[in-house]
Amino acid sequence: MSSGKTFKLDGKAISFEEGDTIMDAALRAGEYIPHLCHNPEFKPHGSCRVCVVDVNGHSMSACTRPAEQDIDVDNSSDAIMDLRRSLLQMLFVEGNHICPACEKSGACQLQAVAYYTRMLSPRFTHFFPRRSIDASHPDIVFYFNRCILCGLCERASRDVDGKNVFSISGRGINSKLVFNSPSGKLGDSELSVTDKAVSVCPVGALLPKHQGYEKPIGKRLYDTKPISVVGDAALYQSVNRSSKSSESNE
Amino acid sequence: MTSELETAEHPKGLKRTVIEPLTRVEGHGKVTLLQDEKQNIKQARLHISEFRGFEKFIQGRPYWELPVLVQRLCGICPVSHHLAAAKATDMIVGAAELTPTAEKIRRLMHFGQTLQSHALHFFHLCSPDLLFGFDDEVRHRNIVGVIEDEPEIAKQGVLLRKYGQEVIRVTAGKRIHGTGAIPGGINKSLSKDEIKYLKRDIGQVIEWAQQAVELVKRIFFEHYDYHMSFASIDSNMLSVIRNDGAFEIYHGGLRARDEKGNTIFDHIDYSCYGDYIREGVKNWSYMKFPFITSLGQENGWYRVGPLARVNNCDFFPTPLAERQRREFTGTAEGRTVQSTLAYHWARLIELLHCSESIAELLNDSDLYGNELLNKGELQCCGTGVIEAPRGTLFHHYEINDDGIVKKANLIVSTTNNNQAMNESIRKVASQYLDGNQLSEALLNQVEVAVRAYDPCLSCATHAMGKMPLQINLVNDKGELLDRLEKRASGEINRTV
Repeated sequence: MSSGKTFKLDGKAISFEEGDTIMDAALRAGEYIPHLCHNPEFKPHGSCRVCVVDVNGHSMSACTRPAEQDIDVDNSSDAIMDLRRSLLQMLFVEGNHICPACEKSGACQLQAVAYYTRMLSPRFTHFFPRRSIDASHPDIVFYFNRCILCGLCERASRDVDGKNVFSISGRGINSKLVFNSPSGKLGDSELSVTDKAVSVCPVGALLPKHQGYEKPIGKRLYDTKPISVVGDAALYQSVNRSSKSSESNE
Repeated sequence: MTSELETAEHPKGLKRTVIEPLTRVEGHGKVTLLQDEKQNIKQARLHISEFRGFEKFIQGRPYWELPVLVQRLCGICPVSHHLAAAKATDMIVGAAELTPTAEKIRRLMHFGQTLQSHALHFFHLCSPDLLFGFDDEVRHRNIVGVIEDEPEIAKQGVLLRKYGQEVIRVTAGKRIHGTGAIPGGINKSLSKDEIKYLKRDIGQVIEWAQQAVELVKRIFFEHYDYHMSFASIDSNMLSVIRNDGAFEIYHGGLRARDEKGNTIFDHIDYSCYGDYIREGVKNWSYMKFPFITSLGQENGWYRVGPLARVNNCDFFPTPLAERQRREFTGTAEGRTVQSTLAYHWARLIELLHCSESIAELLNDSDLYGNELLNKGELQCCGTGVIEAPRGTLFHHYEINDDGIVKKANLIVSTTNNNQAMNESIRKVASQYLDGNQLSEALLNQVEVAVRAYDPCLSCATHAMGKMPLQINLVNDKGELLDRLEKRASGEINRTV
């Protein structure tokens, strides 16, 4: 059932329901808006700002901005793409993202979004922070170098797993992910390898131990098609299509 | 066995000549020569002017990253590091044996790697010296000169290398720095289409490989005495060997023989390499000097790579290469072949063996099997040894209870040949440079000796013969007597 309400995304009419964000409506319509901290399965976070769009002359995050009748949303102009590239370039220098050796390479959203936005070179000076690995958990490893503080593990652990294992501590450049355990170590937390929080990481920060590179080159998620086609947008579309199809069957 | 030219007795006041960078080798290195006032050579040393540091910075990384991470040491033979690390981590994950599919895919990858690396070395880097002479005009003595004068040979070199790279791509996912081998096995087998694709050209590859062996033999026999004596040194030989004594580059025990062919040790479990081999250090080099423990540092240094492997094996398991091996070892008259330039000959016999082995493997149905991984109980350490194109390669790791690397030791092929390369340049220096005014052609003879070993000095960079170079001759009063400058264009001028 359609509400009959629409807004314009790059000149194209997008239908939306009451309560939808621009991101919700765009994904449902099969239109890709680059994003990292957003995952359709969870409440919007609005922290990475990679989904920045221009709404009637104002830059806003599409994952938190409610859709509104007749607004004009720019999702793909050079200016918007340049803003996104800048945000990504900052993310890449703030941590240590060594794609050639990372086991998430080829299936990493940060890498895939960077390719999508044509981020082909660094712009800012690398911070090269000295960050550790927490491998204290028998089944899970956490790489602080690769964490982009998207908060997805925090939301998944709280909202799906009911454990509250993760939290972002500190402010600004000193922010970091901390673990809810007596020692502060991941190994002393309640996290289990089957938890939603472990599988939701968009980068290679939170991963199961003792495995890696098991998916051959050529078969990884983003090896042959861009994230705009095979990313979580596609997942959301397939979920949406199957629910629509069950609705019509009823 | 170590030459007295390693360290001059009275270095003060001697003229110092530097060949820097060495050209047409992998990576960056230099040779320093000290001469007295009569131009007599008093000291000759090969220096590696780069530092990689992988053993240090992989500490703190999870063990399952090692096969992918450590292969970044090298852009020419990354598969060797990839597989040596994979073999070490096989031990860590308790995989005593691989599945037939995993082992054969890895072997195929390694044959492809050795084939492409040997083709690169012979055709691109060394054929200009061998085809045109060590004193050929420098602007002609390069791969472009080969393309102009011998287009068919150049084409075969390029296409042989391409074929090896394609084998790597199909098995590892990429031509350089793939991910095929993982702890306990591999991440993909081959499809029937991929096997069909590789089968298409293998007949041609074998034919070209045979022609390449005949070519190097013709060159060798044309000036037999010269090739046998040039940079020739007596050394021990170390290599991996199969249980039955057959030539082996993927897995086996360690065999060492002396210059007369007597066995020093045989079929040694490479996990115990530390009991048989030690690494010495010298205050003038960043590269270590491995030696056979029982013989000591002075007499225990050895050579690795094609010359050692072909000398050490009892036979090749493939017919064409075996026929060539017999002719090769027949020149030694009961000893081991010690000619440094025979490295080229041995290398191309290996290239032929790799092409034959690839053809054999492509008919094996295990290549498209589905059982890819074996794992057991996690172990605290693992050692992987493989015969890389340039020689025996050791990877040794220890991990903590969390699976994080706490210690790593890598002895790379070129390190094993360190003393031997030094001895070879000393032989050349004393044979051809001693008492002579330096010239580009004479200095190239030093480089020819080093090139025969196919050293991978930094493992990732290429110097293709047109690097700027300046050689100063200074007397004991510090006065400049002579200066040769080689410009980036290849032009050489005497500027004093």
